Amino acid sequence: MVQTSTSASAAPPALELSRVVKSFGAVVALSSGSLTLEQGSIHALIGENGAGKSTLVKIVAGLYRRDSGDFRLRGEDVDFSNTAQSKAAGIAVIYQEPTLFPDLSVTENIFMGRQPTNRFGRIDRKAMRAEAVEIFERLGVRLDPDRLTEGLSIADQQIIEIAKAISLDARVLIMDEPTAALSGVEVERLFAVARSLRDEGRALLFISHRFDEVFDLCDTVTVMRDGKYIDTMPISETSIDELVRLMVGRDVTEMFPKLPAEVGEDVLVVEGLTSPGVFHDISFTVRSGEIVGLAGLVGAGRSEVVRAIFGVDHYESGTVRVNGAPLRKGRPTAAMAQGIALVPEDRRKQGLVLDQSVTRNVTLAIRKRLAKWGLIWGGLENAAAEIWASRLEVKTAALDAETGTLSGGNQQKVVLGKWLSTEPKVLIVDEPTRGIDVGTKAEVHRLISKLAQEGLAIIMISSELPEVLGMADRVLVMREGRLTGEFERADATPEAVMFAATAEGAAA
Amino acid sequence: MTSAIDTEHGRRTYSAHAHPLWRRLLVTRESAIIGLLFLVVLVATIAVPNFDSPLTLTFLIREIAPILLIALPMTLIIITEEIDLSVASIVGLSSVVTGLGVQAGWPLPFAAVVAILVGTVAGSINGALVTFVGLPSLAVTIGTLALFRGIAVGLLGTTAISDFPEFWTDLTRMNIPGTPMPLIIVPFLVLAIIFGVLLHFTPFGRSLYAIGLNKEAAAFSGINVGLTKFWLFVMSGAVSGYAGVYFTLLYNNARGDNATGLELQIIAAVLLGGVSIFGGRGALPGVIAGVLLIGTLSSALRLAGVTSDIINVITGVLLVASVVSASFLAWLRTKRVSAIGRKKGRAEASDG
Repeated sequence: MVQTSTSASAAPPALELSRVVKSFGAVVALSSGSLTLEQGSIHALIGENGAGKSTLVKIVAGLYRRDSGDFRLRGEDVDFSNTAQSKAAGIAVIYQEPTLFPDLSVTENIFMGRQPTNRFGRIDRKAMRAEAVEIFERLGVRLDPDRLTEGLSIADQQIIEIAKAISLDARVLIMDEPTAALSGVEVERLFAVARSLRDEGRALLFISHRFDEVFDLCDTVTVMRDGKYIDTMPISETSIDELVRLMVGRDVTEMFPKLPAEVGEDVLVVEGLTSPGVFHDISFTVRSGEIVGLAGLVGAGRSEVVRAIFGVDHYESGTVRVNGAPLRKGRPTAAMAQGIALVPEDRRKQGLVLDQSVTRNVTLAIRKRLAKWGLIWGGLENAAAEIWASRLEVKTAALDAETGTLSGGNQQKVVLGKWLSTEPKVLIVDEPTRGIDVGTKAEVHRLISKLAQEGLAIIMISSELPEVLGMADRVLVMREGRLTGEFERADATPEAVMFAATAEGAAA
Repeated sequence: MTSAIDTEHGRRTYSAHAHPLWRRLLVTRESAIIGLLFLVVLVATIAVPNFDSPLTLTFLIREIAPILLIALPMTLIIITEEIDLSVASIVGLSSVVTGLGVQAGWPLPFAAVVAILVGTVAGSINGALVTFVGLPSLAVTIGTLALFRGIAVGLLGTTAISDFPEFWTDLTRMNIPGTPMPLIIVPFLVLAIIFGVLLHFTPFGRSLYAIGLNKEAAAFSGINVGLTKFWLFVMSGAVSGYAGVYFTLLYNNARGDNATGLELQIIAAVLLGGVSIFGGRGALPGVIAGVLLIGTLSSALRLAGVTSDIINVITGVLLVASVVSASFLAWLRTKRVSAIGRKKGRAEASDG
């Protein structure tokens, strides 16, 4: 059932897993994992969170040992008990956020722990640097091999990880959601590198939640669901609809359920908001019942604008008014008191205290409101947390479970619950579905749509164009710190929005 | 609002806690320290002659009272991932101010209030440097440790003032009538309740833990991180000032070098009591038990004729062991990730 690419030559598959089982105690994380990576091909692995993708990758990387099933590399049975063994066998895993040594140079990071030495036993810096330069040339990327890795973008850090893999002559490269934090240009560069690696005959596994990327880059795709292999097919013979259906096991009738909402009064009015070097002269209005999408490339200043509105960042000039009342700048408490809620971009760093319980996280923003006579009791917190956890269907064993142990989608629900519990009038969501699975994504979309229907004014920032276009009543576009476009839902075509987001001289 | 989120799946219910109450109460660092304290008391009562004498308790509490007092604000500061190394110097400064005031003919209560105010100002200097200048508290309070001590010694030179009104020195050494318990336990208990409620039962306390674990998320939740820290350093200064007055009257002695090195004993006791030096974890009952444990242990060993250098070694080993055990427990928890996965799996399975 795994073998679909019968056209393969005599060369054995670079990597082959069949009917791999892995369980933790009584729970089966992977009940039947199968995957065949051909040499010289890019293979996509997709599935909802919890489908078993990560478990499969960890088995390949040597982090977990499988309970049963076959694992072959180039036709030979292998069995890894640690990551060093899998590296030695030519497998490299590039994670979403690479872990490099910030105080070492790019070259040193590539050769960390296995620096070439000269005949005196000292590190041969020249040889090391020459090899780094050669690898970068082969990849067609420009990266100074002598600079410190500190301050490099995540995209550049991933390139270093890839360079490391190549210097080890890895035959199998696994990229676990590499594009989640990259901008459009960076994604293009990564894909160019990936294609050149494929053309060198390496096998690549690409894990992503973004279908457009899967279709753009990959040759074949494997779908997993509930710890099981579902199907493998050439990318040219499938469609987004089919993949989604296979992933969720049911028809997703509507990924973006836009409900009719009554658009009312102006709620949030922003005028001439300026912070030198960050954003300039930003003016817009959000009415009750309206979802305003804020589109643009990563780095266009969208998050900075909403952070300034919420008061986490300062701005130099301009005004923000909520229901006519001016908002004090630089004070999140003032913004919260006037009914603004911000679900921030980075839920792990900004949205949640991962080491604390679900309860503490849900009630953190309303802790003062929960207090009676200035005192707060666990019972009050638990009651409030239970309401929001159940309304949002957070999947957790108990409310005192550390939030960090929840899946990404459930963590995002906790952040949403935390802010909805403040009963906001203006809800700002910054990348609300980044890195969460398709099913939860649709749930979040449905929730946002219903909140708008109930009269909330909503600002939604998203780097996924289909999401913005599918959800928003109105789309604002930012480029390099300025508003460069405003489109009503009917006029917001992907082309028009992308033009405003990228083209020089595009104006509102 | 409800209808916005209710879905066709219907309501879920949640248990508030993954473990039963006894387990949450007993399987903690705090209860381990409290248990150890009782064990030490028990063994010492049986094995060490004179340990069960009421005088032992009197002297013990008298002696560790400054540590008990200052450990309260120190706990809050360390929970926010900061530190205050200048507390002992503030004790010294306050002691000198009390002495100079009495020497100048002020009534003692007035001198004491001025000393506490000086301590409060010293604390607010720490707080301002940390909050408004944005310096790390470790660097700031190493600096003010030297600065405040320097001012204290500079004001009084190498002399000492020791003619304090007998009424006040006697009061300081007094026991609660009919018990061997020194009177200082009363203000301590009042402060302990205030700090305990503040830390464990107020929105302010909730914000301290959030700050200690993730400052950015705290700021995004509407917590004024800077101002919160500022007030903690002010509290620390005020309590240290009060401890300085107590120290002076207890030993009938105001000197610039009073309580030198006390900050390390305080921090050691707070860490032993289960507060994480990385912030975000710890509870006040554990800290109080930690101070009492160190105090009781050294008092018992001293009565058993153990020399003070050996006592230091034992206290040091205890502290290292407690820090290592914390790391060990953290390691154990990561090992149990699979167990958490199992719970999550079950939750999802019951989802239908």
